[in-house]
Amino acid sequence: MAGYPAWDQDSARTIIAGLAHLEGATLPMLHALQDAFGYVDPQAVPLIAEALNLSRAEVHGAISFYHDFRTAPQPARIVRLCRAEACQALGCEAVVDDLAREHGIVVDAAQAGDAAVETVYCLGNCALGPSALVDGELLGRVDAARIAALCRHGRAHS
Amino acid sequence: MSAAPIRIFVPVDAAALSVGAEAVARAVAREAAARGAAVEIVRNGSRGMLWLEPLVEVETPEGRIAYGPVAERDVPSLFEAGFLSGGAHALRLGRTEELDWMKRQQRLTFERVGVIDPLSIAEYRAHGGFAGLERAIGLGGAEIVEAIRASGLRGRGGAGFPTGIKWKTVHDAKADQKYVVCNADEGDSGTFADRMLFEGDPYLTIEGMAIAAVAVGATRGYLYLRSEYPHAYRTLERAILKAEAAGLIGASVMGSKHAFHLEVRLGAGAYICGEETSLLESLEGKRAVVRAKPPLPALQGLFGKPTVVNNVLSFAAVPWILAHGAQAYADYGMGRSRGTLPVQLGGNVKRGGLIELAFGISLREIIEDMGGGTLSGRPIRAVQVGGPLGAYLTAEQLDVQMDYEALASMRAMLGHGGIVVFDDTVDMARQARFAFQFCAKESCGKCTPCRIGATRGVEVMDRIIAGTERPKNIAVLRDLAKLMTDASLCAMGGLTPMPVMSALNHFPEDFDRPPSPRQEIALAAE
Repeated sequence: MAGYPAWDQDSARTIIAGLAHLEGATLPMLHALQDAFGYVDPQAVPLIAEALNLSRAEVHGAISFYHDFRTAPQPARIVRLCRAEACQALGCEAVVDDLAREHGIVVDAAQAGDAAVETVYCLGNCALGPSALVDGELLGRVDAARIAALCRHGRAHS
Repeated sequence: MSAAPIRIFVPVDAAALSVGAEAVARAVAREAAARGAAVEIVRNGSRGMLWLEPLVEVETPEGRIAYGPVAERDVPSLFEAGFLSGGAHALRLGRTEELDWMKRQQRLTFERVGVIDPLSIAEYRAHGGFAGLERAIGLGGAEIVEAIRASGLRGRGGAGFPTGIKWKTVHDAKADQKYVVCNADEGDSGTFADRMLFEGDPYLTIEGMAIAAVAVGATRGYLYLRSEYPHAYRTLERAILKAEAAGLIGASVMGSKHAFHLEVRLGAGAYICGEETSLLESLEGKRAVVRAKPPLPALQGLFGKPTVVNNVLSFAAVPWILAHGAQAYADYGMGRSRGTLPVQLGGNVKRGGLIELAFGISLREIIEDMGGGTLSGRPIRAVQVGGPLGAYLTAEQLDVQMDYEALASMRAMLGHGGIVVFDDTVDMARQARFAFQFCAKESCGKCTPCRIGATRGVEVMDRIIAGTERPKNIAVLRDLAKLMTDASLCAMGGLTPMPVMSALNHFPEDFDRPPSPRQEIALAAE
C-alpha cells in the first residue's frame, strides 16, 4: 500500500489556486489537500485564508469542525468501521472488543504504525453489516479477523 | 456468424460490491472468454434484495432470470448449468419481476434501479427518463409548483413538509440568484435509499433538481453528498458530466431558455449537515452550525439567496409526478401521506433491502413477511424507525402503519424510512446511552440544551447502568429529555430524547438490571 507524499507547500498552493473560483470553496480545498497528502497541514490555513479572503480563524474553524479533516500525517491505511445502530444490531461492538482482545488493535486509538481502525457512523450498508470502508471500498459482513488482516497487509478484496 | 451477445447484469451498487460483486463480474467475463461465449456484462444498480447480493441476472427471451447470492466460485458451475439461457441451478431464483419481494412493491422512484445501466442516458430515456423535465419546460413555473402541491408530495427527509409550498415560496421570491440544493447527507443509520438511487439511477435526482430549478427560476444547484459514499460520488460526478455534455443541464436545460449548473459537493463526516441550515453553512465553506429560523432558507438560503432545499427522495419523486400527473401520484398512499415511500430494512434481519411501497403498509408486514424475521433467528425485541433520532418500538407495536401521522401518534417518527431490527440480545439502556453519545459527538454546539444536554445524558445513563441511585437518576433523565425536547434549536437535540425515552418507557426492565461485566468493561474503557 502506498503512503502519501510529504506535505509540500508549493503543491498545496497550486491545489488551492485551482479551486479558488468555486463558490464556498473551503471544503473542496480541504478535501483536495487531504486527498493529496492524507491530511491538511496547519501551514495550509493562511494559504486558504488568503485565497478566499477569509480570516485564518474561519479556516481553522472549518477544519476543526468536521470529523473528516486531519491536521497531522495519517497511517497509510485507515479502516473505517461502522458502529451505528444497524451495525450494532449485527454485533459491531463485539468486533471492536475482539479487535482489542485478540488482535491488540484499539479502535480510535492514535497509532504510530501504518494502519488504524476508526469509528464511522453509517456507511449505508445497513442490511449487510457489520460494515467497513477501506481505501474507498465498502466491505460487508466483516469480523475482527478480517479487519485485523486488512490492518496487517493486503488489499480490501484479497 | 455469432449471435448477439447475451446481456448479463452484475450490480455495481456499493452494497453488492461489499459482498464480492466485483470478483463475480470478473469471473463471469473470464469464464465467458474461456468458453467463447459472447456476453455483454452490464453493471446495473441493485434490485434492493440485498441478502441475495451479488445478484446476477441474465436476459433471456422469457425475461431476466435471477441467480443469487452468487460467489466467485459459483460462476463456472453457472456456465455448466447453462445459465446463459436461464438454465436450472441451485442459485436460480426465477424471473426477477416475478420474485415475491419485487411483486409486492409499487416502484415509482426506484422503477429503473437495478433495471438499467445507471450511466446510460439512452437507457434512462428509453425507460421514461426526462419525460418529466420535458413536460416541465412546456409548463410555466407556477404550473409546475401547482402540480407538486396537488400531488401531495411531502419532504422525504423526515420532517414531511409539503414540497409544493416550499417551492411556491422560492418561486414567489424576487432575487437576482436562486439556488436548488439537494440534501444527500443521508446520515441516519439504517438508511441507504439515496445511495442506492445515486448508484443505480443517478439521472433521476438530477432531473428532479432541474425541474425544481425551472419551476422556481434557479440557475445553480448543489448536491451535498456525505463523504461516506465514495461510490455514489463517482457515479454522480460522471452522470453530471454526461448530462451536461448531452445538453440536458448546463447553459440550457434541454434546449430551453433555462440554465441550470449543477455541482456535487462532498460533506466531511458531520451528521448535523443533514439539517438543512447547517448544510447551507457547510456549502458556504463554514463550520456547519445550525441557523435560527426564520429567515427560512426558501427566502434567505444559500449565500442569503432564495433556495429550494429538498431531500434526494423528494427530488426523485418529482419527475414521475410531472410525467404521469399529480393525481396519479396522489392516488397512492393514505391520509395526508401521499405517494410511495422507499423503506430501507436493515440491522438484524434475514432479508434486508429496499422496499418501495405506498404509505400505509404495517411495520410487521415489512419486517416479518418481507424481512423474514431476524438474521440471528432469535426473537425480535426492538425496532428503531427513522434513524438515530427515531423511537425504539417493541415487537408488540409493529402493527403500526408506515405513515407520518400514525407513527407520530405513538411518539415515533418515520424519518427517512429506515427500519433497524434488533433481536433479544439488545440492551436498551446501552442504546439509550448511545443516543446521547452520538448527539454529544455530532452536536454543532450552537444551542446549550443539545451541546451540554447530550454530555449530561451520557453521564446520567452511566450512573443508571452502574446502578447508582437509579430512581433519582431516572427522574433526572426524564427532566433532561424534556428540556432537550422543548429547548433545542433543531431536531438533533430536540429528537435525541425520542430514542432515549422510547427505550425507557418501552423497555424499563433494561434500566433496572444488575450491572454486567460487559458494561463495567465498557465504562472503564471510556
